[in-house]
Amino acid sequence: MFGRSRADRTEGHSAMTMTRGDDPARGAASTAADPPGSTRASAGTAGTAGTTGTGTEPGAAASPVRERRSHVPADGSAAAAAVEQARKDMLHEVRSRKRTRIGADALMEALINQGTDVLWSYPGGVILPIYDILGDYPEIRHVLVRHEQGGAHAADGYARASGKVGVCMGTSGPGATNLVTGIATAQLDSVPMVAITGNVPNALIGKDAFQEIDITGITLPMTKHNYLVRSADEIPHVVAEAFYLASHGRPGPVHIDITKDALQQETTAEHPSLEEVVAGLPGFRPTLEGHPRQLKLAAGEIAHAKRPLILAGHGVLIADAMDELRTFAEKTQIPVAWTLLGIGAIDEEHPLAYGYMGMHGWKHVNRAIQSADLLVAIGMRFDDRVTGSVRTYAPYARIIHADIDPAEIGKNVAVEVPIVGDARHVLEGLTRLTHEVEPGTRKEYLYQLADWRAESEGSSWHGSGAWKEGVLSADFVVERIGELTNHTATYVADVGQNQMWLARYTTFRRPNSHISSGGLGTMGYSVPAAMGAALGNRDVETWAITGDGGFQMTSQELMTLAADHIPVKIALLDNHKLGMIRQWQEIIYAGNYHSSHLPGPDFVKLAEAYGIPAFKATRTDEVDTVIRAAQGIDGPVLIWFEIAEEQNVFPMMPAGKGLSDLIETWGAPEE
Amino acid sequence: MSSDPSPNGHSPHPAHATTPPPARSLPGSGEARRHILVVLVLDRPGVLNRVASLMRARNFNIDSLAVSRTDKDHISRMTLTLHGDDVAVEQAAKQLYRLVDVLKVQDVTEDRVVEHELALVKVRATDANRAEVIKIVELYKGSIVDISAESVIVEAHGTEAEIDALVALLRSYGIKELVRTGATVMLRGAGSIEEALKP
Repeated sequence: MFGRSRADRTEGHSAMTMTRGDDPARGAASTAADPPGSTRASAGTAGTAGTTGTGTEPGAAASPVRERRSHVPADGSAAAAAVEQARKDMLHEVRSRKRTRIGADALMEALINQGTDVLWSYPGGVILPIYDILGDYPEIRHVLVRHEQGGAHAADGYARASGKVGVCMGTSGPGATNLVTGIATAQLDSVPMVAITGNVPNALIGKDAFQEIDITGITLPMTKHNYLVRSADEIPHVVAEAFYLASHGRPGPVHIDITKDALQQETTAEHPSLEEVVAGLPGFRPTLEGHPRQLKLAAGEIAHAKRPLILAGHGVLIADAMDELRTFAEKTQIPVAWTLLGIGAIDEEHPLAYGYMGMHGWKHVNRAIQSADLLVAIGMRFDDRVTGSVRTYAPYARIIHADIDPAEIGKNVAVEVPIVGDARHVLEGLTRLTHEVEPGTRKEYLYQLADWRAESEGSSWHGSGAWKEGVLSADFVVERIGELTNHTATYVADVGQNQMWLARYTTFRRPNSHISSGGLGTMGYSVPAAMGAALGNRDVETWAITGDGGFQMTSQELMTLAADHIPVKIALLDNHKLGMIRQWQEIIYAGNYHSSHLPGPDFVKLAEAYGIPAFKATRTDEVDTVIRAAQGIDGPVLIWFEIAEEQNVFPMMPAGKGLSDLIETWGAPEE
Repeated sequence: MSSDPSPNGHSPHPAHATTPPPARSLPGSGEARRHILVVLVLDRPGVLNRVASLMRARNFNIDSLAVSRTDKDHISRMTLTLHGDDVAVEQAAKQLYRLVDVLKVQDVTEDRVVEHELALVKVRATDANRAEVIKIVELYKGSIVDISAESVIVEAHGTEAEIDALVALLRSYGIKELVRTGATVMLRGAGSIEEALKP
């Protein structure tokens, strides 16, 4: 079945690729595109590669032509078949024709050079030149999203799950503005992403043409860098530069806006080497190594500290510094607390893993911060959700702050020892310079922290066992999802109560297993981001944990999940409320519940209308059954958990208050 | 065993603390003063917009901004003055560094510099008081570059403070129009801000 469809595709492509190969300009440029050591065959040889792809012909192995990489999972699974079918459908009407290398070709070649295998996109007038040639590039799996915002979040989720750069695309005007929320989400969470938009032809720029908007003006403050490309010759260099910027130093989104005529022009522009890209960016030289003097100062602080605490952030995960963090913590016997995006920086079962900090963090963690005499902050940025009122934050602590972005240091909190560098190099340096601490040395301190932890976990809503009384509570649901997936899945949160429940009550044991819109707090993030995460890491289950509010913001992507057979398991925690809004209204706005009640549809029927199997659970004893049933389904599936309507996330730090002002009890009125 | 006291001078015995410790100071809450930043940027489309947009978004108020080419054909130079405490201005500089097109940011507030700004002032001046105006302008080493029956255009250059002083004096005659370039500065001596950059 699989071999058959693959052969079909080869036939379907041969006519086109041969005519392309006839074009000398194209052949030359494609060859030049290959970076040294690349295993990728040039685009001009696709026809041949397709044939050798079966691997059975004699002489195939001896052929100098290497196989063209394909995005199709070679496992004969239902997912592979679905992708193949989608491709065949897409190419059904495509006529083979002789053509030359245009800007759109240069763009696709450049994406392939950068290792892009999935493109999240939605067509439109000015990017039709790209859609016209997209079928010629089987290396790239095009996923037709149902809204550009979904595409941007999917590229974001893909990037976070895979560590690679996510790529999304939309047309000019509304297509581009629809991407904006997703780009901003990636910016605030330092996610490597390249967002591509088309724009009206050069001659129409500035004329308020149909679907024209100054999108580079709009994305300027929310991207690491952006480009307006007006000529096809610029495309190879700009794309290479964009990927380099997105993924080096502190990652972030880069936006490329390309005029329609630039996509259509013929070009022979060659793809630059990495050296050429770096040489073209004299203003971009991220510092990776911490300064030896600063590291020495930090080691001195650590040696003297009696109550030190490590604050691990997203930077630890981005720098892939989990081993270095664990080694450093073990050597110095310093417990580790983490931010929302720092979840997974250390295995939560590790003896020195202390917990999640901040506004809805664990009380014991915030208490430890407030009593610490030294904070070792690595790759985190003292966000207001972490510190609360800065004036009362960690009043006894001296602070060592390491971050790759110098602008983060001293921005929110004044620190004693700033270190500019990436988490891995800094932690390595600190481990080298600090002395081994015997586990017994901090006995009193660690025992106290353990006591606080036992007390805090025991007194929380979760620890109180209230769920045992039959009310289906969200913390129980997310805990069971963690258990039944053996803590190995990718869990993608939405925003609000569901996000906090997931962060608090699911035990995360693997780096990058937790994906959440932390900085921007984008409702509607979960389902599309999980869609991306599922293709970013195909080896594990992907769960979208969402509330009924966020789910209804982007539920159109259910169709993308169904059509492209993307195996996302959606756990919809439905309390018929905008739960976090309702909680704030209850506690801070004297119970004035305006607009936080949120009626929704029958979510089982909704999912089934898209062809997605769905289950519903309303009682505690049904939870395991439906989770297991969902795990048994190959492909997307939705579980509708109708949970207690008025469950709050406690403790909670009211905005503007400090970490010592946590509200811990159910319904405690403020003021 | 004693340990380092906290920056607030308190010993860390939080479990037994009875009085709350003094508040942690906020970055940027110190005394504001005028700073001069020299910013070298790649001469690319939109770079001025990036700098201006960043300063606006990060809540910094630019007092003056002068932009021009340098002798290196791909590099432009901005001189930017703003008010803020030292920490806040350092933060502004670090944010500027995040822009890919920014090559170098230097705060020259504490350095020995030549500071010059050019101003053109159209002042109401008739036969009755023209001589007076000219005298004031001469005192400030300015010059009259245009004369009409009812006004003169004064050209003046000097530091921001010197021009402020001249303008204050001219104000009593009636200023019809005023344009200033904003401060431009250069370090005194042989050292060059552009030195570290590749040609």
